[in-house]
Amino acid sequence: MKLGLVFRIGTIMLLAVFLLQPDWFAFVFAPMTKNGQPAIYVQNSLLSLTISHLLIVFAATLAASAVAIGLAIAVTRPIGREFLPLSRTIANAGQTFPPVAVLALAVPVLGFGTEPTLLALFLYGLLPIFENALTGLTTVPPQVEEAARGMGMTDRERLWQVELPLALPLILAGVRISAVIAIATAAIGSTVAASTLGEAIIAGLINSNLAFVAQGALVISALAILIHDGIGALERRVGRHLIQG
Amino acid sequence: MPTLDTPLTRPFTGPIDRLGVLVAALVAVGLFSPFALFRANRIVPGTAQTLLEALPGVGGLLAVALLSVAGLTAVIRTRASFRLMIGLGALLLLAVAIGMGANGLTPPGDKVSRIAPAMGFWLLVLGFGLLATDSVSRLRLSPLGRVGLLVAVAAAMALILASGLWSSLSVLREYANRADSFWREAGTHVALAVGSLVAAVIIGLPLGIFIHPRRRIRGWVSRGLTVIQTVPSIALFGLLIAPLAWVAANVPGAAAIGLAGIGAAPALLALFVYSLMPVVSNTLVGLDGVPAASNEAARGMGMTDGQRLVQVQLPLALPSILTAIRIVLVQNIGLATIAALIGGGGFGVFVFQGVGQTAMDLVLLGAVPTVALAFSAAVILDAVVELVSRKDQR
Amino acid sequence: MIEIEHLSKTYDGRTVVDDVSMRIADGELVVVVGTSGSGKTTLLRMINRLVEPSAGKVSIDGVDCRAIAPHLLRRQIGYAIQGHGLFPHRTVSQNIATVPGLLGWDKAKISARVDELLSLFQLDPAEFRDRYPGQLSGGQQQRIGVARALAAAPKLLLMDEPFGALDPIIRARAQLDLRDIQRRLGTTIVLVTHDMNEAILLGDRIAVMDQARLLQYDTPRKIVVSPATAFVGELLGSGERPFRLLALQPVRDFVEPGMAEGQPIDANSSLRDALEEALWSGRKAVPVRDASGALLGRVTLETAIRQAAPQR
Repeated sequence: MKLGLVFRIGTIMLLAVFLLQPDWFAFVFAPMTKNGQPAIYVQNSLLSLTISHLLIVFAATLAASAVAIGLAIAVTRPIGREFLPLSRTIANAGQTFPPVAVLALAVPVLGFGTEPTLLALFLYGLLPIFENALTGLTTVPPQVEEAARGMGMTDRERLWQVELPLALPLILAGVRISAVIAIATAAIGSTVAASTLGEAIIAGLINSNLAFVAQGALVISALAILIHDGIGALERRVGRHLIQG
Repeated sequence: MPTLDTPLTRPFTGPIDRLGVLVAALVAVGLFSPFALFRANRIVPGTAQTLLEALPGVGGLLAVALLSVAGLTAVIRTRASFRLMIGLGALLLLAVAIGMGANGLTPPGDKVSRIAPAMGFWLLVLGFGLLATDSVSRLRLSPLGRVGLLVAVAAAMALILASGLWSSLSVLREYANRADSFWREAGTHVALAVGSLVAAVIIGLPLGIFIHPRRRIRGWVSRGLTVIQTVPSIALFGLLIAPLAWVAANVPGAAAIGLAGIGAAPALLALFVYSLMPVVSNTLVGLDGVPAASNEAARGMGMTDGQRLVQVQLPLALPSILTAIRIVLVQNIGLATIAALIGGGGFGVFVFQGVGQTAMDLVLLGAVPTVALAFSAAVILDAVVELVSRKDQR
Repeated sequence: MIEIEHLSKTYDGRTVVDDVSMRIADGELVVVVGTSGSGKTTLLRMINRLVEPSAGKVSIDGVDCRAIAPHLLRRQIGYAIQGHGLFPHRTVSQNIATVPGLLGWDKAKISARVDELLSLFQLDPAEFRDRYPGQLSGGQQQRIGVARALAAAPKLLLMDEPFGALDPIIRARAQLDLRDIQRRLGTTIVLVTHDMNEAILLGDRIAVMDQARLLQYDTPRKIVVSPATAFVGELLGSGERPFRLLALQPVRDFVEPGMAEGQPIDANSSLRDALEEALWSGRKAVPVRDASGALLGRVTLETAIRQAAPQR
């Protein structure tokens, strides 16, 4: 895993240097341009696009996590049990919806800009987190539940001290899936005028400037891989004791 | 062991179905909201019509009465099959009502006016859709039952579309304007999604079988594919343009067979690469799941490695491999939408054109078939996976 | 003292426990034995109200259990189950500290109690305190499970097939440890099992259940000597009865002066062990020693044969 660490730190450093000083890398992208096109996208700075991309993803994923976990808790309590089968079906079927469709359909409600992207990311992001949280909360080993009840934990104590901690790795996996999808969908959000790194790719496609396309794509990929990797590491950390001997 | 003490801990709710209350509320609000939106042409703002305005006379009154009764029936706890019939019946009624309403609102001979379902219609669809979905979940239909229901709903939709009942609706007006390109893009979309899947199975299955016993390569291949899977679609599409453009320009004959930086080639390649990870990893999972005793018995009876693979391992790994095909197909149908951004065609063409022109009907023309395709693929393949796995357990 | 009075449980018209009454004295170890579906687990779970009785009542030291909120009642009663039910996300010490934590003990008291219990179960606190359940062997997990049930020093401990998941050798040791710890702490224990051997080995009294009813509630000797119904006899295994009777009688009560050849046996072992030893080595008598190794006398084959018969 030493090698992995080198890769991770290397990727982060390279990304940081590229975002702060993109001109230093002009020589890499110049061969992809034609007829003296600029090699580096400057319409908006790549750094600010990255920041706004990440902010959108972060806000949407955070909101989706809070709501999805809340809903998963609600439908696994006696008071919401009645909605469990329905919500499970919706979460299942909902994930067959392409995120792009959700994005495009959010436009008439909210118009162009960042808002429809936020809404689409939020709505689509709910599903994997909800599904995983549901799985986590409903698959606590029966003996553990029995022991918790037998020792006199109240329903609330059981939720906070037993069910949620045991579901946490699965919930995090849901958050990871959501966040990675959100990064991809946010990029497409630039087609509805959200300020994200997709802007560089779209601009490149429109002007046939492959350098722009490559820049946007590389930064987005690096972000997705780093976030996937980071949350994955957190999952393993949280879940490392949960394998039963 | 007798488990939770359900009869005492479950709060008493009596004969009222809580979801039904939600459904009834949605129906109530829906009936009072605008049912359809009439616009004299594609650009001007529209005027909202309630159900009674859209469907004047006895028809409208009857529709409102029937929908109200259906909504109220949902509140009372009844058998799931009965509720499903109520839900589906109400949805059918809505489908007919919106079609007749649109036909009635359209001035005779008019080709430019646009009539779209409005908030009230959607709320009613949501309400009865929830009711139907909940009943289906509670019925726990068999795999074939679910496919049967899907086929029945699809047939009803096809009948409505063929009858011309909906032909005054704005989405179908958009369709009528570009029927040729619609079917062309549909073909492209399916070709992209299925073609990349077939290629991924042809390459991924042997790859999985090959790396299964080889621990080191296995780790690297899995990690590599996971990283690729993580790369956002638009980025992967974009990243493939430059190398393919270079190949097309520099490899003799490449351009002649259709390889190009922009278009279907990078789209197909990207979808193929995405498909590879689920196929390979589920092949590995499937092979891992073969009981050691089965392998041992097969060896003990004198099967060669090849015979063991074909007669024991692959049949046992089949449910897992089919699951991968389900995941990949549904995922590809969605991702193929993005291909339009790099000139690859597919339903995404309408979605992005629609977004560009703020023409929601055009977006729907692309999005609805995509969702329908993905959803049908999921239902059918889920049923196949369940049937195959169940056979195993017997 | 625990009084169970006319306790019944019905699920949708199906009676799982039918009018069971029994009294359990302080410090007794009562084993409820029966086949699966006999209602024994439901009976146990009605004591700490994990299952609410349909009729009848349970009182502990004269206090009706229904007067106490279920979760507060359970915190006063130890509970150990098959497969231990340890919380996989908590360390050994956090697991043991669960009920003291719920009761709001202060930290120092809790950690002292954890170490005390680990030592009691012959687990080195320094070594085991911070391990996770996944890092323990099955026998260790089981001991932590019981330690956790005893953490808040409950007067009553309920155990549901606590040794069910253990292999035979570890189970035998765990059973002896439990007996030992119970004598030392004076805890009242109600233990549910399907294993008649376990019941005879551990129980001060045995309650035999079948098809929701309590068939017999008596000392192991009475159960072996005069089973109340044919079913109880069946559970005992007809060919085994003389040996079961011998297994209930400690050698120490039958030592007579005199010498014998060969390997001595422990005064705390049973006449059954003595019989086996004598038959296997072809001796007429076996020397007896106490725990320190000092010879006390001998026990004869004749004594063992005489004691194998129920009369007198």
